[in-house]
Amino acid sequence: MDQENNSRRNFLLGGLLAAGAIAGCNTNKDVFESGIVGDVKPSGKKVKLLSVDGDVIEVDEAFLKPVPHMPPISNTEARKGIPGKKFVMVIDLSRCKNLKKCQEACNHAHELNPGENWIKVEPMKSAEFTAPYWEPTTCMHCDEPPCVKVCPVDATFKREDGIVAIDSDRCIGCRFCMAACPYSARVFNWSEPEIPAEIAAQPYSIETSIPQKKGTVSKCDFCADMTREGMLPHCVSACPNGVFAFGDINEDTVSNGAETFRFSDLIKDKAGYRLMEDLGTKPSVYYLPPVNRNFPYESGLENDKIQNK
Amino acid sequence: MNRGSKTIKYKTNNLNETTVENSILIAKEKIIVSLKPEKLNSADDDKIIDDLLPQKFGKAGKIWVGILLAFCMVGMFAYYRQLRYGLVVTSMRDYVSWGIYISNFVFFVAISLVGSLITAVFRLAGVKWGSPLTRIAEIIAVAAIIFASLIIIVDMGSPERFYNLFTHGRIQSPIIWDVIVITTYFFISILLLYYPLLPDIKILLRFKERSGVRLHKFYSFIGSFWKGTPEQFKLSDKAINILCVSIIPVAFTIHTVTSWLFATTYRPGWDSTNFGAYFIAGAFLVGAGAVVVAMYIFRKAYHLEKYITDNHFEKMGRVVVLLSLLYLYFNVNEFLTPFFKMKESEAAYLNGLFTGNFALVFWFAILAGMIVPILILLFKKGRKPLPVFIVGIMVVVGAWFKRYLIVTPTLLHPFLPMHDVPASYHHYFPSWEEWAITVGSLAGCMLIITLLARIFPIIPIQETLTEQHEIAEQNI
Repeated sequence: MDQENNSRRNFLLGGLLAAGAIAGCNTNKDVFESGIVGDVKPSGKKVKLLSVDGDVIEVDEAFLKPVPHMPPISNTEARKGIPGKKFVMVIDLSRCKNLKKCQEACNHAHELNPGENWIKVEPMKSAEFTAPYWEPTTCMHCDEPPCVKVCPVDATFKREDGIVAIDSDRCIGCRFCMAACPYSARVFNWSEPEIPAEIAAQPYSIETSIPQKKGTVSKCDFCADMTREGMLPHCVSACPNGVFAFGDINEDTVSNGAETFRFSDLIKDKAGYRLMEDLGTKPSVYYLPPVNRNFPYESGLENDKIQNK
Repeated sequence: MNRGSKTIKYKTNNLNETTVENSILIAKEKIIVSLKPEKLNSADDDKIIDDLLPQKFGKAGKIWVGILLAFCMVGMFAYYRQLRYGLVVTSMRDYVSWGIYISNFVFFVAISLVGSLITAVFRLAGVKWGSPLTRIAEIIAVAAIIFASLIIIVDMGSPERFYNLFTHGRIQSPIIWDVIVITTYFFISILLLYYPLLPDIKILLRFKERSGVRLHKFYSFIGSFWKGTPEQFKLSDKAINILCVSIIPVAFTIHTVTSWLFATTYRPGWDSTNFGAYFIAGAFLVGAGAVVVAMYIFRKAYHLEKYITDNHFEKMGRVVVLLSLLYLYFNVNEFLTPFFKMKESEAAYLNGLFTGNFALVFWFAILAGMIVPILILLFKKGRKPLPVFIVGIMVVVGAWFKRYLIVTPTLLHPFLPMHDVPASYHHYFPSWEEWAITVGSLAGCMLIITLLARIFPIIPIQETLTEQHEIAEQNI
């Protein structure tokens, strides 16, 4: 519960620090009182950490203990979502140069079948004389999701935290959701996914979307497992240019890892918009227009050839 | 033989006039006729029965069944490969996520609507000449609806979870609507095939030697309770009338809901309020085309020239022309207004149909499926059996490709550019497995029609007898 109250802090921390190593630093005392001190010998190697108060502190590496794995979230809980949250993403088109680091990180984190991409970076050009730009697209996690409306078996559903997730154990593979999605966000496992056997053997988790299964639909899940732990989705932390900012609309904050913005100000100042507003799908992903760009459009062309010959 | 025809004659002797008057219209016709059994010519009856009893397969029949079975086997092998390796054996990919399986599904649903057209609409409208065609129409309807349900399972990525539709079904999803109405339509169609069969089965049961032990057992299993009493006739006629009234809304619903699988999405080419009516008009057309083709083949194969007459082709020709005009009208609605506007999101899709990659198929479907049939059938000479048969084939083939055009071109024109996907995702041409399964399903549908025509009289015997007697009555 406590964790939830200062989750914004943790959230930012999480973005900066490597996962799973900081259990001890919020409550230093615990580490030394917990009895393990006797068994652990200081290694002499110090690690710098950022405390919740914003101070840099040094801790001996030996005293760091990994956070024990959280008990797996039950299916019912994973279908409900994280209470009190409403996730939102802002994609700043002026910063994107089609590096595709987001895509790489996403594919790796979700053990996607080679050739499948949940994140696509599309070359866009609205009219003859307008400037081209790169537009990364993820699942829009719509508030009026057309995919959820048409699913015959409730295999894809809207959670209370705004995430549209998929239960791969439920999906019958009718692909109606793919036809319904105007953003072409959905991906189908046409064959048995090429993933390591031990991962394939795991029970499916709605929050990690792992393992992918033959004959089912998948798509961007806003990294529900990461957000549950107060961390940023993989694409956000992987992007070196800070294109993606992710956060909770209830807290009015989004972060790209390096910077934190007040969501409402960001959208107002930079004239944010959503894709295909006219369809009434109410996406949770906002775009900032490609003005005052950090990179020329052409800088992304070379990288684009790898997947699009 | 003689003994047989006597039993048909006397069934309503104990019926008094008041009951006749109170009974419903259709029941009345039959009862009046059977009230005067003495005037019947039993030799004529025997001839009719002999002509119409199901016949054993000849050499051509056996070859035909063999070919169909071979296609089914190839299709089943292809499906085995699909089950084993996944839908990757098809050419469908993330953009074209529905391919010829779904077009084939729509085609089957469409063709199955003919059962309701010929049987129910004709019956309720009092169209008498259609009665020799009712069984053909019902058999086509049952076979097609069976394969519509099978092909939709074939299209599923995880068919082993089919039961989820029942255990986790969401009534908000058009797919569940489709499951409900297709199941309903299937049962009504089966009953509409079954009830009118009962008097014929009574006749069939008299020819034990001819039908063989096993078939005889089957006949007595499904129809031995039918004694042909006036009460039974009354009950059966009532039931058939109720079924005829109820199948019409169900038939409209199955094809409307099938069109909504597309029209409930945002996609260019599918996002149309015209879709329900457009699909139904097309369905009646392809169904009538299929009946015409089947009429011609059965007439040739079983020498039924006396029962399926040139006049039937003449009349069905008129029906097909009407339905073609109707379908053409909806096609104009469907394409002319978007063409006029050429909205940005629809422009690429429409150009693809009119002048691009799909132009050949598109104009073939429009010309062969509608315009040429209209031109041929408008003329009296065009409504002779052979031209009508050829038009029927054109209509059916045109309709199949029309369904392909409804599904695929739209999916190749998503709102966002097709990008960051393997090159194979950018186009669609069905793989051999898809062709094999599709052809196999079409062959399977024809196999069911063939087998049903082998087991049951393709033209209702009892009804033909009744009508003959009626004519004899009038002559006297």
